[in-house]
Amino acid sequence: MPRFLASTPVPLGPAQRARNDRLLNSSSSLVAPGCSYNISVIQRTAAVAAAKATAAVSRRFRLGGGTALPGLVAERIDPDVIQELSAQLNLGSVIITGTNGKTTTARLLRSIVKEAGLKPVANRAGSNMMRGIAAALVDAASWSGDIASAERRLGIFEVDEATLPLVANAVRPRAVLFTNLFRDQLDRYGEVETVAAVWRAAVSELLAEATVVLNVDDPSVAALASAAEGRVVKYGMEDTSSGAAKLEHAADARWCTACGSELGYAAVMYGHLGHWRCPKCGNARPEPDVFCGLFQTGANGSHVTLKLPGGLVEASLPLTGLYNAYNALAAAAAAAALGLGRAAVQRGLNSATAGFGRQERMFVGGRDVQIMLAKNPAGLNQVLRTITANGSEADLLVLLNDNIADGRDVSWIWDVDFELLEGKTHSVTVSGVRAWDMALRLKYAGIDGGGATTHVEPEPAQALKRALSATPEGSTLYVIPTYTAMLEVRDLLARWAGRGAFWEAE
Amino acid sequence: MKGLALRVAHLFPKLMNIYGDRGNILCLQRRCQARGIAFEVDGLELGDPLKAKDYDLVFVGGAQDREQRLVAEDLVKVKAKPLREAVKRNVAVLAVCGGYQLMGRFYRTAEGEELPGSKVLDLHTIHPGAQAQRFIGNIVVEWNGTTVVGFENHGGRTFLGDGIQPLGRVVAGFGNNGEDGGEGAVYRNVFGTYLHGSLLPKNPKFADHVIETALRRRHKDFRLSEIDDALEDAAHAAAVRQATRRSIIR
Repeated sequence: MPRFLASTPVPLGPAQRARNDRLLNSSSSLVAPGCSYNISVIQRTAAVAAAKATAAVSRRFRLGGGTALPGLVAERIDPDVIQELSAQLNLGSVIITGTNGKTTTARLLRSIVKEAGLKPVANRAGSNMMRGIAAALVDAASWSGDIASAERRLGIFEVDEATLPLVANAVRPRAVLFTNLFRDQLDRYGEVETVAAVWRAAVSELLAEATVVLNVDDPSVAALASAAEGRVVKYGMEDTSSGAAKLEHAADARWCTACGSELGYAAVMYGHLGHWRCPKCGNARPEPDVFCGLFQTGANGSHVTLKLPGGLVEASLPLTGLYNAYNALAAAAAAAALGLGRAAVQRGLNSATAGFGRQERMFVGGRDVQIMLAKNPAGLNQVLRTITANGSEADLLVLLNDNIADGRDVSWIWDVDFELLEGKTHSVTVSGVRAWDMALRLKYAGIDGGGATTHVEPEPAQALKRALSATPEGSTLYVIPTYTAMLEVRDLLARWAGRGAFWEAE
Repeated sequence: MKGLALRVAHLFPKLMNIYGDRGNILCLQRRCQARGIAFEVDGLELGDPLKAKDYDLVFVGGAQDREQRLVAEDLVKVKAKPLREAVKRNVAVLAVCGGYQLMGRFYRTAEGEELPGSKVLDLHTIHPGAQAQRFIGNIVVEWNGTTVVGFENHGGRTFLGDGIQPLGRVVAGFGNNGEDGGEGAVYRNVFGTYLHGSLLPKNPKFADHVIETALRRRHKDFRLSEIDDALEDAAHAAAVRQATRRSIIR
């Protein structure tokens, strides 16, 4: 584990100082002795300029919008670019990590922060490793590598679970928020326990003045409090009326982090989140500082009443489902940790919009299409509960890919409670690289689409056309993709949005 | 088929369920019920005794390290003896991934610690260290004139003793140890394998073989009737295509 977070911010990282020393000691130095500071500035300026040029070219030729490549270029030229640029953010940075809810929580927090009159610097959805953070900082900087100090700039970075130590080392955050820890892409992240250990080490290395924001409904997240040197802000759901009757099959952290006994639950929310207590050693969910006292969800949005340190906040979100109430709660808790006012929280949540593939809605050929990204059992179970809560028979397109970003192992679909859909579907189309695996899983769950068996069409464009035509005009088509499938299907929908039912003419 | 029942002991369903192992139980249940065979399953957790004569089949899945350690202790202390007794009496066993490793003589961890196994199978597993390559990916195995397909994810290398055969030969993937081309193990009516995915749903022939083996102990020459496996066969074929394509690129 690298030692990170020096107690006072310094402009030069150790790697860079060593490089400078080497340069200064060599006779072939391009720069006169005594100009070490200039070398770092030159290097940073070169890194930022090259990255900005890369981004411009990438955008010009539509090479994927330039989310990560500029960051990669910047890091190659100046490995300390994140450290140097983030040190210029005059209001510091917040990191958001966890298995599920990172993107939406960051988006909601961005909305709150803007309402508070600050200017957020944030990485794009899904680009949450080092290069994504570097790209966001480069984008915020001028061509000469400076971030304007006239504006109140706050970094809001969603960070991959396994990359947290590296990013925390580089940006020295004011606050780190942990949403939850579920089994996810075991082939990539390793075991849940491994991630918990990485987080624990990262928390213990934070600056003493950094605040740790924790979802105490998750036992393994709540346990991080004991590793924190600084302030801890705890959040949780108090309104248990939307919870599940019992632990889901895929519940992971059902064992006490202190003594290993099986935890008891006074209320289960979803996955292993809830009001937990160890019957053996008495280790229990701590009282939250920020909580959701009332949560109601409908077809188009939900309503939350949140208790913050200063008082209550009532807000309406354009997002549905219990998991999004948790995201709103997380964003509010982070805002509280940053000392932002209740009015900003309320306005920020009210004015928020759905993000990249997260209940994002598009209107295609008279059908309302909603993209519900789902990457792991806990997340997909929440999506299924949200869709079925509606009451009406749903039209579904489920896309399962097994690319590296999805996780190569598709066995997780057997941990998802697809049985929730039984008798609640109007049409079901499955697609993606592993469409047949998904079709078989749905067969086991007793799901038939429109009286016939589930329709299998591995090719996404064909599947989308088929699913749209199976959806009655004026109804909602729920598209449930894994990550890379979401990118594909979103692209298709964006091109088709606003057009008529063109698939019928083809 | 009146009165016929498959009685299954599912070892540690709460602790050993990491890679969609529920699918294996759902598959056994579905394929039995499709033939009018009653399906009974008992989940046995830590400390629960195993009365082997009550069962036709014992199933154990995979787990994370922490859980596997707890399970290993319980197996040695509580369940290993009745399990070995059951195997002698031809009770069928299906052990997947971590469960497979625990059937052996010992498991040497990445740190060099030796955890005793239940000694049901003459094999042992050695993790060559945290820096060694983990065997992760789609895998196809040639078995009984056909194929078995799934996903493997293990750091340990398993080596079989003399009196025990591999379940099949690796067509694509790593298998037991990435060296000898063998995958899994068969001994009497015990099947051990690294394949999950889940294993049984998209390998209907292998699933039926396990069910028949389990039922033949009490019902000699028992044969399962044919059922509609069109979707299962399509899923199998697609998974084989995916596994063999990926392995060429790798």
